[in-house]
Formats: sequence, C-alpha cells, structure tokens
Amino acid sequence: MNSAIKSGIAALIGLVVIWQLIVSVTAVPRFILPSPYLVGLSFIENFELIAEHTFITLSEIIAGLAIGVALGIITALQFEISPTAKFFLKPVLIFSQAIPVFALAPVLTLWLGYGMISKVTMAVLIIYFPVTSACHDGLTRTPSGLLDLAHVMHAKPLRLLFLIKLPCAMPNLLSGIRLAAVYAPIGAVIGEWVGSSQGLGYLMLLANGRVKTDLMFAALFTLGFLSMSLYGLITLWIKLAFKRFETQ
Amino acid sequence: MSVSPEILVTGLAHLGGKMLFDRLTLQLKQGEWTALLGPSGSGKSTLLRLIAGLPVVAEFDGTIQANDQHSLSGRIGYMAQQDLLLEWASVKDNIALGSRLRGEACPPETLAGIIDAVGLADQADKRPCQLSGGQRQRVALARTLLEDKPVILLDEPFSALDARTRADMQELAASHLDGRTVLLVTHDPAEAVRLCQRIYLLQDTHLLETDALSPPFPKAVDDGDALALQATILMQIRAGS
Repeated sequence: MNSAIKSGIAALIGLVVIWQLIVSVTAVPRFILPSPYLVGLSFIENFELIAEHTFITLSEIIAGLAIGVALGIITALQFEISPTAKFFLKPVLIFSQAIPVFALAPVLTLWLGYGMISKVTMAVLIIYFPVTSACHDGLTRTPSGLLDLAHVMHAKPLRLLFLIKLPCAMPNLLSGIRLAAVYAPIGAVIGEWVGSSQGLGYLMLLANGRVKTDLMFAALFTLGFLSMSLYGLITLWIKLAFKRFETQ
Repeated sequence: MSVSPEILVTGLAHLGGKMLFDRLTLQLKQGEWTALLGPSGSGKSTLLRLIAGLPVVAEFDGTIQANDQHSLSGRIGYMAQQDLLLEWASVKDNIALGSRLRGEACPPETLAGIIDAVGLADQADKRPCQLSGGQRQRVALARTLLEDKPVILLDEPFSALDARTRADMQELAASHLDGRTVLLVTHDPAEAVRLCQRIYLLQDTHLLETDALSPPFPKAVDDGDALALQATILMQIRAGS
C-alpha cells in the first residue's frame, strides 16, 4: 500500500482515538462535541441526504476547477502573446486577489442567484490567480538556449509558444493545478455558506442551526474526504498523463 | 542548400564600459571551417552570437556582412554546447524541430535519410532521456543538418563529451558539414587543428591568426603535424595570458 495512504489512515485512527478520549473524559454535551460513534451513526442514517448534497458540491468544484484552470491557462498564454494585454490585465488580476473572496460572496449571490452558478464562480475566482500565475511564471522561464535555437530557426511566435514554451512551463502549470484542486472546494463551500439551498456547506449550516452537531460533523468529514480524494486523483492523473513533462 | 557565402565581421565590442574586443576583422572563408579559440570570457561566443543575430549583453559597434550582399538571416544553422533537445519529444520530432517551428512540411524521406546518416535509425522513436550523451549530440547534429543551411555556427558543441565520443562526433560533423562556411568556437586547440583550415585566437581583446593545416580534414587523431601544431598553439595561448 502507498505510504501516503498508510500514514493518512494512521493519522485518522489517531485522531478518532484522541477525539473519543476527550469526549469520554470531559463528558462534553453531545450538541457541543458528539462522539465519533454518534457522527458515524449520523453518517449512516443520513447517507442519502449527505450523498445528494455531496453530489451538488462536487459538481460545483469540478465545474469551477475546469473553468478556472482553462481561464488561467488562456490568460497566461495571452500575457505571453501580447505585452499590452499583460500591461492592462496583470494589475486587475492582482487586485482581484487583494479582495477577500468572503467579501465577494454576498455580491455574487446577489448577482448570480442562489443556484450553482454563484458557487462555481466563487471556485473559479479563488483558483484563477494561482493557475494564471503558475503558468505565466513557467512560460517566462524557457531556457535561453532553446529560445536562441528557435530564433535562429525563424520560429513562428505561436508555434514557439505551443511547441517549446508551454511544454517547458508544464511543471509549473501542473503545480498550479494541484494547488487549484485544494482551493476549489474552499471557494464552493464559502459560496454555499453565504447563500444556497443545497450542497455540503448548506447542509453544515442547516445542521448547525438545528443543533444536529453530529450531522454537521458528518458533512464536514465528507467534505474533507471529498477534497482529499480530489487532490489525490488529480495528482495521480498528472503523474500518469504528464510524466514526460515532469522529467525536464 | 544555397551557395555558402563568405562572411566578414569588423568592429569592436564593450561590456559594461570594458573593452571586450578591439577593432578586429574576422573573415570566414567560403566553404571553409574557421576556428575561434580563446579563454572563457574572451568574447568568442559574443562574436558567434552576433553573426547568428542573437541578442548579446555587450555593445557591438561594427558590421557583419556576407560577400553576396544578402542578409545572413535564415541562412544559419546553430549548434550549442548543450544539445538543447526537447525532453518531451521523440528523437524524430527533435530533429525536425526547425520545420515544426516554422509550420513547414518535412519530407519523411529526407528526415529518414539524415537519421540514418548520423546512425540513429534504431533510436528515432525514443525520447532523449533514453539516449547517451554522444547520441544526444548526434540528434543535435542531425537537427542542424536537416536545416540544410549554408552557414553553420558551432559554439563548443563537443566540449561536454568524453574523449572518444568527441573524436567520433568531430569526424561525423566534418564529413557532413563539408563545403559549408563553418565557424567553430572552441577552447580546445586540438579540436581546432583537427577540423579547421583557418584558426583565430581571441585573446586580450585582440584577434590573432595562427598557423593551420591544409586540407583534407578532419586530421587523424595521431597526425604528427596536427599534434605539433596544437602544442604550438597551446604555448601561444599560455604566453599570451
């Protein structure tokens, strides 16, 4: 078994044991901190409900990830093609990062409604910058020898971009995508907290409001598991599909 | 390939207020190999980059002309010390890089002929990481050959290879680049003597022409005249510094 999975399972077991000890020793009320057993029970009892909301959140994350990564790559390529675009857009991009996403969430909900679109937009906003920045960083770091060779060979700018610069930027871009896989769930859940009628973020708020703390914890752990699985799958996909670009 | 021109470089260059090379005249004779020897930082690579039309840090004040009065742009093949292979692309795609970068079709039979000529037929579909240092430099040579340019600029292309592979590569390059105007920048007098009909020494901002052997090239590794001349040039370099 993979050592990362092994250490993950060991950490999880350790966490559950400590948690159970705290609950047993302090006799804390179950609406403040339910025992792992109660959370597990709640998970089984509410499996369908949790699954339904997980599906919504997962859809938001995947849509946000796909759109955010695509927009990030397009923007980075655009920066590389056109210095004018870079001159005007880069400050806007940095400014967009200076605004906390939390502050934008209510406005997005107001503009885009309570449905999925506002949450996907949140996820896109939160991952757009890291992907653009990582990809553009990579594009500007093409080894100078390759640029010399391309210059002597009279390379067409677009072909140089796609045949040399973008492949050279792949390790940076792939790090950006891995980072995006971690950030995207945060964006989606923040969006759900601010205003929605479905998704794991909504379910957590709802359970909390009704003092169903065990259900809230069950939803929280589902979200954690979802994010970790997504990160693991994307890392695996990158490893398999882009192996040749990682060994530069 | 069009007819190889003769190239004349005249001028001087400064680097950060310091003279890199003083008013010099470098002549690359039509269809001949010319060596440019010199210690690191003497400005020999700067001269090569100027001819190639590549950006240089130094300020150059002078002219670079071909005797046919046409621009050199688009007539140059370039090989550097690093093989500059794209690690993610196959050997074949690396060799055809020039056509791919320009969006031109590369006739498969021409490509196959060149791959065969440099002895890479069994390696054509491999990736560079599966090749040895010598094989990688063969790919770089094949890439230069496929460009089929009348002027070839070689910037210490064999200096990172082991002695045996270096000798093999020198012979391979000499046989395939015969008849072109070639500038070989190197710090190795033995390499210059083996391959070049004209040898210049760039030292202390000045360009000095030294003796060279007569064709045919490449000289055998145990050629007595070549061994004697390389010793003379080495002594000249040491006396100069």
